[in-house]
Amino acid sequence: MNINKQFPRALEDEAIFILREVAAQFEKPAILFSGGKDSITLVRLAQKAFFPGKIPFPLVHVDTGHNFPETTDFRDKLAAELGVELIIRNVEDSIKAGKVKEETGKYASRNALQTVTLLDTIEEFKFDACIGGARRDEEKARAKERIFSVRNDFGEWDAKKQRPELFDMLNGKIDLGENVRVFPISNWTELDVWNYIKAENLEIPSIYFAHEREVFDRDGIIWSDSEFINKSEDEIPYKTIVRFRTVGDMTCTAAVSSTADNIDTIIEEILEAEISERGARIDDKRSEAAMEKRKQQGYF
Amino acid sequence: MDILRIATAGSVDDGKSTLIGRLLFETQSITKDKIEALKAASQRKGLDFVDLSLLTDGLIAEREQGITIDVAHIYFNTPTRKYIIADTPGHFEYTRNMVTGASNASVSIILIDARNGVGEQTRRHFYISSLLEIKNVVVAVNKMDLVHYAESRYDEIKNDFFELSDKLRKPNQNITFIPISSLYGENIVVKSDKMPWYSGESLLGILEGVTPEDIDSAVLPFRFPVQHVIRPKSEEYHDFRGYSGKIASGQINKGDMVAALPSQQMSKVKEILKYTDSLDSAHQTESVVITLEDNIDISRGNMLVKVGAQPELKKQINARIFWMDTEPMKVGKGYLVQHGINRVKAKVASIDSRLEISTFEESENVDELKLNQIGEVSFKLAAHIFADNFEANPGNGAFIIIDEFNNNTVGVGFVK
Repeated sequence: MNINKQFPRALEDEAIFILREVAAQFEKPAILFSGGKDSITLVRLAQKAFFPGKIPFPLVHVDTGHNFPETTDFRDKLAAELGVELIIRNVEDSIKAGKVKEETGKYASRNALQTVTLLDTIEEFKFDACIGGARRDEEKARAKERIFSVRNDFGEWDAKKQRPELFDMLNGKIDLGENVRVFPISNWTELDVWNYIKAENLEIPSIYFAHEREVFDRDGIIWSDSEFINKSEDEIPYKTIVRFRTVGDMTCTAAVSSTADNIDTIIEEILEAEISERGARIDDKRSEAAMEKRKQQGYF
Repeated sequence: MDILRIATAGSVDDGKSTLIGRLLFETQSITKDKIEALKAASQRKGLDFVDLSLLTDGLIAEREQGITIDVAHIYFNTPTRKYIIADTPGHFEYTRNMVTGASNASVSIILIDARNGVGEQTRRHFYISSLLEIKNVVVAVNKMDLVHYAESRYDEIKNDFFELSDKLRKPNQNITFIPISSLYGENIVVKSDKMPWYSGESLLGILEGVTPEDIDSAVLPFRFPVQHVIRPKSEEYHDFRGYSGKIASGQINKGDMVAALPSQQMSKVKEILKYTDSLDSAHQTESVVITLEDNIDISRGNMLVKVGAQPELKKQINARIFWMDTEPMKVGKGYLVQHGINRVKAKVASIDSRLEISTFEESENVDELKLNQIGEVSFKLAAHIFADNFEANPGNGAFIIIDEFNNNTVGVGFVK
């Protein structure tokens, strides 16, 4: 068997260790859960880390209101099956409260607005640790992030002042009001996640598999047609077979042309892919430093 | 599938980022969109070539200054294994980030510019590799193209390096030398025909030959720091009490007699669990849950060890300290010491000697340790820690120092 189709178990041991440190070092941790493959992986790891006990963290989703219904349905189902508390906070409410303003124009997206809702949610529940499924291989600002990433009262990330993180020793000591973002699958690659999903036989939302969908083309990228995107007149939707490689908000996630309709063909496709995973993230394309700038402001 | 963790040290000027770019490029690990993005970014900077260093320098400040400030982690696979590269800064003022990146590495690659030869930075990088007990050091003499691929220059550098390393070298350390040109890809993935006098393997060939766990976990003592006690109190698992943790060193079998530290109470291993699987044995770096035959009092921070192979319980420790904070460490000051997961209060009793890592100047009996200085320090602890000598058992011999007031990780210690 091709070794690249095997999951390195050391990554699971490392992630479980990190999750147990979170349970031990913090008062009120939460898992940031979007219903995407990385957060599904996190939930599985948490299930394993505390078995036969229950997952000791609630799942938190900041919903832009523009998510794929397949993902949000999946999110609700998984939380119910596991018997874990699911906390949902809506960007819509932050807009109504006048805390953020909806973007306008062709590329309008609520992706960046999430940050404000997330920070408010952290404050509302007094979360001191938020566990996220970000990986260092995704993007070059993320490649610089620690496993325990300390944020100040405003949720800001200071890249130049990161705590040294030596061996596997994690320092989660913070002052009241500060919080830590925790990334247990930091060292996993996209391929590792898929190999894990396969090895663990995890269920994932249907949009990851090839399906027929109404789409349109813009900037050489396939966009899923929806009422949330401002199309120009010459952007005419058509039906074709696509799948999603990464799943965010409908306004910032592009589809890829693919016939991979099961986990094995997806893994084959990734092994041969010429485009990176975040190549399908419109939010990263805004500038070279798009991610770093969002992270400084408290983006997850 | 195993993982090999590598740390590269050097500055952009040594061609470190270009080297990593090469490795990724030749193992087909860079996707088309990333290459396109690199081309565009290089053009914006007015360069007429593709600057591979832009691939790893992920922070705005790094790209502005053309230096590496913090560790970047980079991933690639070969048909044999997964590689994780910690790309660490070479500049003196960011040495602490280099230590951070190198602390988990099994291999350290030290780059030397063939034109400049062995320098201050080479010495510092080798010193840190040895301090961290990194068993495999690869010294890559880069930019061989600029010295006409001359064997004589390579030999000269090699001799200079061994002169310096003989004093710092650990007995079980493997040091491999290789001449390369990362710009032209000579000796990176395939062997170069420009240097027929070099009989060794290519850089990737050397890396593929390294075994990540070169110490057999069977010979090291079993150390299991208890992270978290699992007590579901559910109907099904009403009396379940499991001790979760990651094995710091050695291995454990079902039925082994263990002692809990510090209480010294003994019991027998009933089960070793990984989720729903019950295992016969487990070894270092595995995260497991251990249940015991008897109900004894164990909580987070305690340690399970095999009876007859216990570490000394220490309330006073001597350690080599690398200081990472701008605020100096002071004799008489209190800190928190975190050994593995076990946090105790500590006070600096004395600093017996100090080494300045930029100049390698030594002094004795000092009263403070500044940023990037290394010292032999003695601490008084408020409670026991269960540490081994770092050289003998690296998995259970290191600790971090936390400043109680600003919560920062300010130092790292290696138990003597």
